[in-house]
Amino acid sequence: METKKDSIIDQLTQKPWDPAQVKIDNSHEGKTFNLHVGKLGLRYLMIVSTIMFCLFIVTYGDRMIYDDWVKMPEPFLLWINTFILFVSSIIFIRIQIASKKNQFKKAKRDLILVGFLALVFLIGQFLVWQNMVDKGYYVYGSPANAYFYLFTALHGLHLLGGLVYWVMTIRKVWNINDIDIRKAKHTIELCSIYWHFLLAVWIVLFGLMLFT
Amino acid sequence: MAADSYEDVVKNKESIPALEVAPQDLYHAKSFWTKYIFCQDAKVIGIQYGLTAVAIGLVGLVSSWLMRMQIAFPGLIPMDAAQYYQLVTMHGMIMVVYLLTALFLGGFGNYLIPLMVGARDMVFPYVNMVSFWVFFLAVIILASSYFVPGGPTGAGWTLYPPQAITSGTPGGDGLGIVLMLVSLAVFVIGFTMGGLNYVITVLQARTRGMTLMRLPLTVWGIFTATVLALFAFPALFVAGIMMTLDNMLGTSFFMPAIIQFGEKLTHEGGSPILFQHLFWFFGHPEVYIVALPAFGIVSDLISVHARKNIFGYRMMVWAIVIIGGLSFVVWAHHMYVAGMNPWFGFFFATTTLIIAVPTAIKVYNWVLTLWRGNIKLTLPMLFSIAFIITFVNGGLTGLFLGNVAVDVPLSDTYFVVAHFHMVMGIAPVLVILGSVYHWFPLITGRFLNERLGKIHFWVTFIGSYSIYFPMHYLGFMGVTRRYFEVFEGEAFTYSITGINQFITVAALVTGAAQFLFIYNIIVSSKFGKKAGKNPWKACSLEWRTKDVPPTHGNFDKELPVVYRWAYDYSVPGADEDYITQDTPPSAVANARAEQT
Amino acid sequence: MFVVLLVLIVILGSVVFHMVSPWWWSEIASNWVGMDDTIILTFWITGAVFVAIGLFMAYCIWKFRYDKDKKAEYEPENSKLEWTLTILTTIGVIALLAPGLIVWNNFVTVPKGAYEIEVVGQQWGWMYRLPGKDGVLGTTSIKNIDDDNPFGLNTDDPYSLDDVLVDADDLHILLDRPLKLNLRALDVLHDFYVPQFRAKMDMVPGTITYYWFTPIKTGEYEILCAEYCGTGHYAMLGYVYVDEQKEYDEWVDEQMTFEEVLASNGKSDLIKIALNKKNDL
Repeated sequence: METKKDSIIDQLTQKPWDPAQVKIDNSHEGKTFNLHVGKLGLRYLMIVSTIMFCLFIVTYGDRMIYDDWVKMPEPFLLWINTFILFVSSIIFIRIQIASKKNQFKKAKRDLILVGFLALVFLIGQFLVWQNMVDKGYYVYGSPANAYFYLFTALHGLHLLGGLVYWVMTIRKVWNINDIDIRKAKHTIELCSIYWHFLLAVWIVLFGLMLFT
Repeated sequence: MAADSYEDVVKNKESIPALEVAPQDLYHAKSFWTKYIFCQDAKVIGIQYGLTAVAIGLVGLVSSWLMRMQIAFPGLIPMDAAQYYQLVTMHGMIMVVYLLTALFLGGFGNYLIPLMVGARDMVFPYVNMVSFWVFFLAVIILASSYFVPGGPTGAGWTLYPPQAITSGTPGGDGLGIVLMLVSLAVFVIGFTMGGLNYVITVLQARTRGMTLMRLPLTVWGIFTATVLALFAFPALFVAGIMMTLDNMLGTSFFMPAIIQFGEKLTHEGGSPILFQHLFWFFGHPEVYIVALPAFGIVSDLISVHARKNIFGYRMMVWAIVIIGGLSFVVWAHHMYVAGMNPWFGFFFATTTLIIAVPTAIKVYNWVLTLWRGNIKLTLPMLFSIAFIITFVNGGLTGLFLGNVAVDVPLSDTYFVVAHFHMVMGIAPVLVILGSVYHWFPLITGRFLNERLGKIHFWVTFIGSYSIYFPMHYLGFMGVTRRYFEVFEGEAFTYSITGINQFITVAALVTGAAQFLFIYNIIVSSKFGKKAGKNPWKACSLEWRTKDVPPTHGNFDKELPVVYRWAYDYSVPGADEDYITQDTPPSAVANARAEQT
Repeated sequence: MFVVLLVLIVILGSVVFHMVSPWWWSEIASNWVGMDDTIILTFWITGAVFVAIGLFMAYCIWKFRYDKDKKAEYEPENSKLEWTLTILTTIGVIALLAPGLIVWNNFVTVPKGAYEIEVVGQQWGWMYRLPGKDGVLGTTSIKNIDDDNPFGLNTDDPYSLDDVLVDADDLHILLDRPLKLNLRALDVLHDFYVPQFRAKMDMVPGTITYYWFTPIKTGEYEILCAEYCGTGHYAMLGYVYVDEQKEYDEWVDEQMTFEEVLASNGKSDLIKIALNKKNDL
């Protein structure tokens, strides 16, 4: 049963002792949002990590304005890695469509593909690191270098965290049966939201490093 | 609502079915391990958080004893400057983060939120369990820093660079600072998992009839504090990571070019003040992360034991929310004399003093709750009264420090030490103590010993007030904080030796009284007077569980349905002076509030 | 009912302690009387609030103590009362804030005609640099610091040669002349604090901070480091002497200029370069 919710201001100005209000409140079903807790939990985590990245970006902006800022080159490999993330996101849209139609075989195949792409991305990022180190761009060399390694490392860690959830997703899809279908669909949805989030974060970070 | 007759209202209400949380798999413990160690029941997790926090908190307490001994009776306990600064640092960090934050949110949050909102458990019990063990790991990492070469960090709890990661500071060039930063980062990760549960349980898992404005203020306090933590802890995490990189990999986020003891370090171009901004962007909300749960809990204690609804409930909720919001735009009042752009001072002084208004409203409403109440002087009430005095005192001295020009002579002196101990040390601790006396009968089914409790109260309140009230006056004279050897400075108008000895003795006695309290807890949990159900005659749901102490699943076969707010005390016309939240209107048909 | 007594004792005891306390600030030796005045004003306002709330609470606890035949009043809220209190509090807060901001404005605005001295903090002692005859402090860089050039002066800055270098913990300053202190730290944070002057500001490596004041009393004043700076923090002391012009001049004459320091180290080539630069101007 989904009911329309009052706005937050309306809720906070209620007088809970007022008999008229009491009558309305008694049929309240005890939820603030019409959202599944899993989805809300994912949003919570995405907010926390967005705040974290925002704070890093603020410090980046603070550092960038000084004269000793030296731009870092972007190896071509980074573009390829970005493309891989982009493709993963598209595949996840396909997975979602497949799971809506209950085509779990297809979803399973695509999920494996996405996991594979994630590994390729991580290896790719590692190669970029090696490439940079070979060229003499050490982490302590300049502030831009430091931020480059920091951003890529943090994004990589987020992706690793995503892979843990990916394992949980694929386990549910692997042994799909009638009871689990609803749960599997839910998990797939959360997993793909997270992947889109990772792409968005990466595009912001990459863009930031590209233009400054 | 004249159109609805009273009978209609009752009929509608009575027909409301209980709401069972949708297909949530309730976790069932099968063995000792899953029942007491890796348990997913929020109540057990709450107690685990509490015990761990208190255990490490005792380390903080003993640290403060040793510090005070050095200040008042130097030489009596042999220690060098490095050890003294290590004690200062660990005392501060343990008390703020690992004791108070963990106890209020991890301890009280876990135990009370599901019970008070009428849920069987947190929404993600497994994540909740992991959250505790990650916190436990953070404590272990922190404790392990005592055993590495060079000892724990002595950088002060604010960990300001460059000093924190250079060789002039104890633990600065060894593992001490690294372990501290890692421990904090782990704490933040664990806390994020816990906070996820608290926030979403409050938002989505309330029982039927429990609107936001029917929640007890305890839940409001813990909920808002958790939301603050959600925004604030990432700043600590970010600062910690960047400082670790500066320390381990030689980057220069916070490290400018410096020359130390004649040696040029390789860093260049970083900004120490940037760290301070990040740290206080976390650090100031952190004060409210500790204070808001205390505000909420004390409101409930006062209301229950004065047998009167909390005065101005709506204003109290708004004040909590407004204080929470404002706490993010006041952080630089810790940095008036830190060398930031002096023009920031105008902005931050204004925002800081604005925050005094909602805070004052809370104080007025606590006192006005006592007004025309029917006050039972139980131990929770005594501690609440002590809290009000302490908090008013500490809050008012905040008006000195928040007012930028007044802060100039007072910052970095003992005035600051006295202020923050009053307002975020003693005041929240008094609430914790009061609430343990209040909820102990729920947790164990027995009362704490009243006589021991009275002694504990008198010593704790008078003792702590005697420690910190005179300390302000040392600050007025200009006695600077964090001095290993406290000497009679030439600017001091009167000897500080005698008063320091007095403060130290008071600190030793007050600290010792806490061991009496712990003794009381241990003995009373086995031999205390049996409490029975709802001994304080409180309205909120945590006293309406199936069993006392509440067992797994909290409530009976059906979840309670809520028919009123949490403060229906002394309703005119009702037979008793309280009506629990799940009492249907038909059961109290005479009460005036049901008829209007 | 002991608790009523307790509340009264704590409230009135605090007031009595305040009145008889021998621990109070030392006599002010700078122009920042405004800071003291703001503190006194804050004391009156906050003190009144503290006493009022405490006494009212003591009254409530005594008057409304538990009686099983009585019932508490049922009054969820009283908007009029709450808003009145809110407005009164706001007025009180404005009364505190306004004078505070005025004093702060004075504090951050250095008056024209103030002379400058640089204070350098390092673990764990002080050094000072006076601008010399040209009245301008030469520029510095941390990279230049070595045994011959402890302040890190730029030798190619024409203003640096005549700077007077004081490599000691004690400083002399002039009576009744506004003074701007430029604060520099070489290693970690420090804070140059003299309780009698009331003013303080952290010294941050990598930037130059400042504050200003006018000494109004001659005498000898102890310097305390007010920002934790490592193991030796408590021992980072020194003295400021506020002098009349004559004594001050005598002290300055005893000190060495940067040129003299370089010459005594046999670095005349550096002096030559610097002098050429100066002539170019």
